[in-house]
Amino acid sequence: MKVLVPVKRVIDYNVKARVKADGSGVDLANVKMSMNPFDEISVEQAVRMKEAGTATEIVIVSIGPAAAQETIRTALAMGGDRGILVKTDQTVEPLAVAKILKIITEQEGADIVILGKQAIDDDSNQTGQMLAALLGRSQATFASEVKIEGGKAEVTREVDGGLQTIRVNLPTVITVDLRLNEPRYASLPNIMKARKKPIDEKTPEDYGVDITPRLKVLKTTEPPVRTAGVKVESVQELVAKLRNEAGVI
Amino acid sequence: MNAESNLDVEDPQITQIRQSVIALCGNFPGEYWRDLDQKREYPTAFVRALTEAGFLAVLIPEEYGGSGLGLTAAAAVLEEIQRSGCNGAACHAQMYIMGTILRHGSAEQKARWLPRIASGELRLQAFGVSEPSNGTDTLSLKTRAVRQGDHYIVNGQKIWTSRAEHSDLMLLLARTTPKEEAKSRSHGLSVFVVDMQKAVGNGMTIKPIRTMINHSTTQVFFDDMKVPAENLLGEEGQGFKYILTGMNAERVLIGAETIGDARWFIKKAVDYANGRNVFGGPISKNQGIQFPIAKAYAQTEAANLMVQKAARLYEQGKDIGAEANMAKMLAAEASWAAADMCLQTHGGYGFAEEYDVERKLRETRLYQIAPISTNLILSYLAEHVLGMPRSY
Ligand SMILES: Cc1cc2nc3c(=O)[nH]c(=O)nc-3n(C[C@H](O)[C@H](O)[C@H](O)COP(=O)(O)OP(=O)(O)OC[C@H]3O[C@@H](n4cnc5c(N)ncnc54)[C@H](O)[C@@H]3O)c2cc1C
Repeated sequence: MKVLVPVKRVIDYNVKARVKADGSGVDLANVKMSMNPFDEISVEQAVRMKEAGTATEIVIVSIGPAAAQETIRTALAMGGDRGILVKTDQTVEPLAVAKILKIITEQEGADIVILGKQAIDDDSNQTGQMLAALLGRSQATFASEVKIEGGKAEVTREVDGGLQTIRVNLPTVITVDLRLNEPRYASLPNIMKARKKPIDEKTPEDYGVDITPRLKVLKTTEPPVRTAGVKVESVQELVAKLRNEAGVI
Repeated sequence: MNAESNLDVEDPQITQIRQSVIALCGNFPGEYWRDLDQKREYPTAFVRALTEAGFLAVLIPEEYGGSGLGLTAAAAVLEEIQRSGCNGAACHAQMYIMGTILRHGSAEQKARWLPRIASGELRLQAFGVSEPSNGTDTLSLKTRAVRQGDHYIVNGQKIWTSRAEHSDLMLLLARTTPKEEAKSRSHGLSVFVVDMQKAVGNGMTIKPIRTMINHSTTQVFFDDMKVPAENLLGEEGQGFKYILTGMNAERVLIGAETIGDARWFIKKAVDYANGRNVFGGPISKNQGIQFPIAKAYAQTEAANLMVQKAARLYEQGKDIGAEANMAKMLAAEASWAAADMCLQTHGGYGFAEEYDVERKLRETRLYQIAPISTNLILSYLAEHVLGMPRSY
């Protein structure tokens, strides 16, 4: 069974994002970039499936700038077999990403695509769902547990209010949530081996996908500074405040 | 922080190594180290994780089961360990002591030890040089090894032999020709690989020394300890020269560790200063708080340039006596300045163990004394680089 794992290069989760002076977006100059943490979880899931004998090959894809090659290398060091870099310096919105991934999934004949449920830069939470729709496949989103058995995937989903377990037919698209697993760090020998694994370089044009953005960013602003809270003496006072001042109960 | 920006220009493989080490160290937070520090216990789980991930075999050639990378990669590993708040002192020597076997051992000796050192099955991380009676004056060391048939008989004592209780092999420097009979001042010392598993209780006694840090350091006594002649490295009498080459790599790596420490202190200070509100605002808005942090940052970046330069030159096979010494001195001074600044920034809270500042401060202080103290580095530069008379 072939597994496709898309990974995105994003601003590192430890970095405090700053808005560019002109408000056109987040300042990424000289900022540490890393693999989207949700994607690390997807890679880990794929590698575990390979170790368990369920998956036979793991193909890592990234759509982004030349430096995204390093994000692919990180995934290869974790256990991916080979990579595809679809190189572009433009912003690529979820729909364009899904269109490119659709073609790659078909060309590769991948049985399962495992994606992060969202990327921590724009938090769209759309690509996996769009991809499933474009492919006409089942989808199992927000996975916190995945079991593959007899041509089906049993996926536990983290939904509002609890856990939901669904069974979907393969081929399918899975998006992963934070609690699915604890991604491994690459060992030094695997980092070295990853340097020798092949990465194909492509462009969006190779797939005939027009990636021109359909959304226009009007402005980007820093979140409002948190103001100090208040301490209440009693439950009664809290209830009174919630009722009279906040008007929420 | 801008310290991150130099990650972008470095070899991507090194960047990836850094990221992986950071991820590994994430499993060993402050509480882990505080607990061990209190009990003066060895960080076994941490060392096992580093070993299993192959990071301690970074410098061992691929043919012997290591990764065959250069000093820059090893420096990156140690820097990130320290920067993550961990302490590489428990095992840094496993990385570099084997260099003496690699450079001066016979083909047989290399095949016998290196693969098992690379896998971690054998720990070669005890380095017996220092002795109580002679201090930094290594050539005056008293431990004697006398050849008898196919063995050497060793008598004497080492002090500050760190990790001896957590090591399978020891690299031992002992005198084989009495000083008076030696051909020259630096002749007459020899290097042995001692199988400690066999030696303890058979002529070798280890006594731990309690110190201000959790460093597993010891005194080692030799009483007619037998070492097979086949464990002699290189030629008899040439040991001092062999040890010196290894020391340059060690100094660069210790330099990298203290750069990591300095970065830990700086980040810790910035975070604390931004979050601590006194007089109606964060203390970080005062220049009296900002400037010492900024200064520590500048000092660290400058010292790091020397560490990186020394590592690069070493990889090119150059003699880096001066650069290795300067790198270690500048970086250890930068980390100490950063430690002092960090404690001051924390005010009273810096004294509380749970902030880890006092622990890291104690730990980083060592490196102005070991493996070589600052005065001796300055003497070296004065004599060998600047052409002034030998002062000692
Ligand atoms: C925690 C710890 C771990 C260690 N681990 C090891 C280890 O694993 N293996 C090992 O072999 N050693 C180890 N050492 C020993 C360490 O390398 C020595 O302590 C160090 O080299 C200094 O030697 P010394 O303590 O004998 O000081 P001394 O030589 O007695 O020097 C004392 C002071 O006098 C100064 N001084 C000496 N001579 C001169 C001079 N000519 N001019 C100006 N100043 C001078 C020194 O700079 C120093 O400040 C360790 C030490 C410590 C504290």
